[in-house]
Formats: sequence, structure tokens, C-alpha cells
Amino acid sequence: MAKSLVSTEPYAAQFEALQATLPDSPLAERRLQALARFRELGFPTTRQESWKYTALRSLAGLTPATTTEAPSLDRAPALLADTAAHRLVFVNGLFRAELSDLGELPQGAFIAPLTEALDDETLISDDESGAFALLNQALFQDGALIALERGTLLDQPVILTFVSIDEAEGRSTHPRLVIRLGENSQATVIEHHLGYGEALGLSNLVSSVHLATGAKLDHVVLQTEEAQVQHIATRRVTVGRDATYDSFGVTLGAGMSRNEIEVSLEGTGASCALDGTYLLAGTQHGDLTSTIHHRAEHTTSRETVKGALAGKARGVFQGKIVVEPGAQKTDGRMMNKTLLLSDKAEIDSKPELEIFADDVQCAHGATAGELDANALFYLRARGIPEGRARALLVEAFLADVIELCPVEALREELRDRAGRWLAEASHEEAAA
Amino acid sequence: MLEIKNLHATVDDKPIIKGLDLTLKPGEVHAIMGPNGAGKSTLSYILSGRDGYEVTEGEVLFEGKDLLELEPEERAGEGIFLAFQYPVEIPGVPNSTFLKEAVNAVRKYKGEPEIDALAFMKGLRETCAKLGIDKEFLKRSVNTGFSGGEKKRNEMLQLSVLAPKLAILDETDSGLDIDALRTVADGVNAMRSPDRAMLIITHYQRLLDYIVPDHVHVLAGGRIVASGGPELAHKLEAEGYGEFAAKDAA
Repeated sequence: MAKSLVSTEPYAAQFEALQATLPDSPLAERRLQALARFRELGFPTTRQESWKYTALRSLAGLTPATTTEAPSLDRAPALLADTAAHRLVFVNGLFRAELSDLGELPQGAFIAPLTEALDDETLISDDESGAFALLNQALFQDGALIALERGTLLDQPVILTFVSIDEAEGRSTHPRLVIRLGENSQATVIEHHLGYGEALGLSNLVSSVHLATGAKLDHVVLQTEEAQVQHIATRRVTVGRDATYDSFGVTLGAGMSRNEIEVSLEGTGASCALDGTYLLAGTQHGDLTSTIHHRAEHTTSRETVKGALAGKARGVFQGKIVVEPGAQKTDGRMMNKTLLLSDKAEIDSKPELEIFADDVQCAHGATAGELDANALFYLRARGIPEGRARALLVEAFLADVIELCPVEALREELRDRAGRWLAEASHEEAAA
Repeated sequence: MLEIKNLHATVDDKPIIKGLDLTLKPGEVHAIMGPNGAGKSTLSYILSGRDGYEVTEGEVLFEGKDLLELEPEERAGEGIFLAFQYPVEIPGVPNSTFLKEAVNAVRKYKGEPEIDALAFMKGLRETCAKLGIDKEFLKRSVNTGFSGGEKKRNEMLQLSVLAPKLAILDETDSGLDIDALRTVADGVNAMRSPDRAMLIITHYQRLLDYIVPDHVHVLAGGRIVASGGPELAHKLEAEGYGEFAAKDAA
């Protein structure tokens, strides 16, 4: 295998420095092993099938360092500011109690920063094989643990705000999110990744989600990081019998982002939705790669991802549905639709089905196109100026996917952000 | 109000309009009839400013202004309305949103303040009632999944709400059964006024039984080859376009 242009060496150095600061823990040895495996693997290259469309070129310029002193921040911008929520704020990967408000937790709910659980051996798994996930395993310092006991219903959403402040080059943060919902418990988790500053930085998140029988999780991820940020997120989800995992991802920020999601529908009647949208402009690159394994009978998956690309932005959608032998009565549907607002924008869309059972219903599809010229003329002929007409058509294109966001209270916010994104993108387009 | 002088236009470098003259005064209803391929739709698109139509000679003045210099939305702002032969489906944009955006855009163009949203909706529901349109129509996405008749009725609704100075109706009768045709014609007739001119473009005389024009013109080979009163339409219905097509060929 060809070696990546991005060296693993500086990350070994970061590990050395970090190691000295970590408490003595049973995890220490396994971190070391993860680092060794990471170095053996190296960063992915475009010769690897699942990284074919995403090069890590810009990461080569980064010399990673562990921030020991977190930058000052008086207040983190709050999503759903008027809603009661359990709020955890992380700045450059580290939990900030003074910015957070955990609120009151019902009995059976445990929500805490990982610093309070760094010796919990179950936080990491030994069957991790992705380079970024291994790197996270070696370098994670903080994150969140959300655990609900059987039958616990969390009324208020958990809002995790990850702020990256990149005033100097070299931020390399590796937060970890662990969500475990016991039988018939329910929660809503919202992640917001945002930042300030113009220096190159790396956010490398790993999430592991486990839903026991009958549990339900609504999971929304809003990523609005700055242009120089390289945002990598790896998520593994296991869904038990009759459990439901509904997720919605919004990719608006980061110069380069990769969201890799693997869902395993393990119990009869398990279901998942991996919906979302991407709105990218300039030279942004956004990659959404997902695999859904149907491993039991009567499992259902839905994946609807719609996005718009302006400028020279590039989108990547790789979606795979795998129906394992015996997963009869599987119902899997996947759709990716992209609106190309400029002739220099590009989408690489690769929906795939691998089916090893005979009594299943699966469908996939992908479309890409420009704004409908007839519709644009129709609106203009009624007096609506071109810019507004384009905005109306893009909003209309995104309207149905935003309705899929499981947190209803966020939909208006998402529509607003889409509107603002479009205004900025058209402005850039006009200036170009 | 509208003066078209010696208009020549091409589509993909192919001459379609070849020296067309036409003048409309306020209050007048003109019908342009002609065989397929005569340039009828081209004329409507040139007047409304669609891309892909190049005017190579001549001019079009609307209330003395050079119309060809204006963007489509500016023409709408000036008071020109094209009822489309094939109204476009726009999934995701509710009809009422579309109408409000259009009305406010035109008001803004004229330097008027935005319309009060409640008053607008009230007026809209009244107009729907007048045109025999179900209020549910307003909630549906623009023309999406509408029948041919519903689409044309929606054009009439827009015509009523926008109340333009000049309405161009491009093959408004196509695809309509007799009942729908009557409803649409009623909508148009209700909009006839001494201040408003109308240009009705049609292949068949049928529509002109319901909307009786002041003047009828025959468009063939990219030019007006005959003009007259409503009786000309009946003559065409009886004798066909053969005579004019021949004249053009000669």
C-alpha cells in the first residue's frame, strides 16, 4: 500500500507529550497499542476504496500539539438558547465546567465529561481498525459519556457544544462521545461543532452509540467549523431489538470534513435513519460515508441526504446498505440528491447495496442537477428578482429533508442557516 | 402601451420572427393566431424576456421604455404578465408563498411598501372564491401535481392578484376541456379594463368565442400577414391557415 503524504510521526510526538499529563490508568497500555496500530496503518490515502474521493492533502501542513491551556472564552453560542437542556461545552476538546450547565438529571441518567471516567476500560474498543479512530483512541483526553438506565426517559435534550479556537496552528483534538441507552430508555442528543480563528486545526471525533432493546435516540449533528478546520468524525452505532436510532447531520463548515458512520441493526425490529444535508461553498470538501448493516429480521433503514454545492465545493456521498444472511424482511432505502449551483462544483455519489438475503426490499438512488431554468424563469417572470428566485428554489429543494430532522425545534434554525448560507454563497459567486 | 416595430429575432441563429409590427393601446384585447411554428410562442417569450431568444433588429417599447433592455423581473415590475402555455411545477414552494413573494417583489419595484400579510391572505381567499378555486390550492406547491385545468386556473389566479397593465396569454386554451376553458375565460374577462391591454396567443378560434378580441392578427412565417376584427378568427376557423401559409411561402 502506498504511504500517505501525511506523516504519523508528529502524532507520535503529540502522544509522548500527552502521556506525561494523563493519570495512571488501565487505559494507558491500550492507548499505546492504538498508537502503534495507527502508525502501522498510516493515514488513509485515496488508493483505499473508502477514501477514494477524499485526499488529506491539507492535513499535511499541520504540526499537531496538545493544548494544555485552553483559550479563554466567556460564553459559547447556544443552540436552542430558550430551551431547557443539559449543556456540556468543550473548548479545544476539553470540558469547560464554567461554560456548561448540566441541569438536573433524572434518576437513572448519567451524563458527565469523560475526564471523570478516564479509567473506564469500556470507553474504548479493541476491534477498532480505522486510522483516525485509532488515533483518537491514543490521544483522547475528554468528551462526554451519556448513559441511561433501563426505562429512563430524558425529557430535555443533551446539547454538546464543541468549540475550536484556532488562533495558532496545530490544534489536534480528539474528543470521544459515548452514548449508552438502556432498555426502553429515550434521549435526544445534539452536537454542535463550531469555532473561531483562521489557523489550521484538526478535530477528530469518535462516537460510539449503543441502544439496548426498545431504546430510542434522536441524534442531531450540526457542524459549522471554520474554513481551515479539518473535521473528521467516526461513529459506530449498534441498535438492539425494536430500538430506533434517528440521526440528522448538517455539514456547513470546515474546509475538509469526513463523517463516517457505521450502523449495525442487530435485533429484530431495529431501525435507523441517517438523514441530513450538506451546504458547501468555496473550496470546501465534505465527505459522508456510511454503512448500514442489517443483521436481523424486520430491520428498517432510511437514508435521505440532500445538499447544495456552490463555488468549487466538492461533496462525497458513499452509502452502503449491507443485508446479512438471514436478515429477511429487511427494508432499506437510501437517496442522495445534490443541487450544483456552479459548474465548478462536484459531487461524487456512490450508493451501494450488498444483499445476502432473498426476502428484502431495498432501494437506492442518486441525482445531481442544476437549478431548473424553467422554474427560475417562471419566478422571474412574476417579478421575483433572480437572487431571490434562486434562494426560493434552493430552500424548496431542501425543505423536505429539513423536515426529517428529528428535533423539530431545530428545523427553523436549520432553514435560517440554509437561507444565510445561500445569501453568502451567491455573494461569493457574484464576486468571483 | 406596447409598440413592436420591425421585430426580427432568432433562436439558435435560426430566424423565427421576421419583421413583426404590432401596437396595443390600453383597454384593447388583441388576438394573435397562426399555424404551428409561426413564431407565436417566440413572441411571448421575447416580450417576457426569456433567455435564448436573440433580437437581431427592431424594437419593443412598453409605455415608451425600451422593453428589451429589461430583465424578466423588471418587465413584471413594469406591469407585463405572461400566462404560460406550460406553467412550471415548483415542488416545495407553496402557492401562497409564491404569490406573496411575487406581489411584494412587484410592489418593491414600484417603490411601494410590502403588503400586509393578513390583508393579502384575505384578498387571496376572496379572489380564489371568485375564480372558483379551492382554498387548498394555496397550500399546495406551485403547480405541482396540478391537472392541466388547475395549472391554467392558477395562471388566472396570478393574473388577478398581480393585476398587470399588459397580459399576454400564451395558448391558454391548450389542454383545457370546455368547462375549464369557460372558467379561465371568465377569469380573463373579469380582468378586462380600460387601463389594461391583453394579447391572446392561440392556435384555435375556440378561446375567442369566450374572450372576444377587439383585433385579430394572423402570424405566419414570423410576420403579421393579416389583421381584422373578430370575424377574421371565424374565417380562419372555417378556411384554415392554408392561404396565409401560401402567402408566406411566396
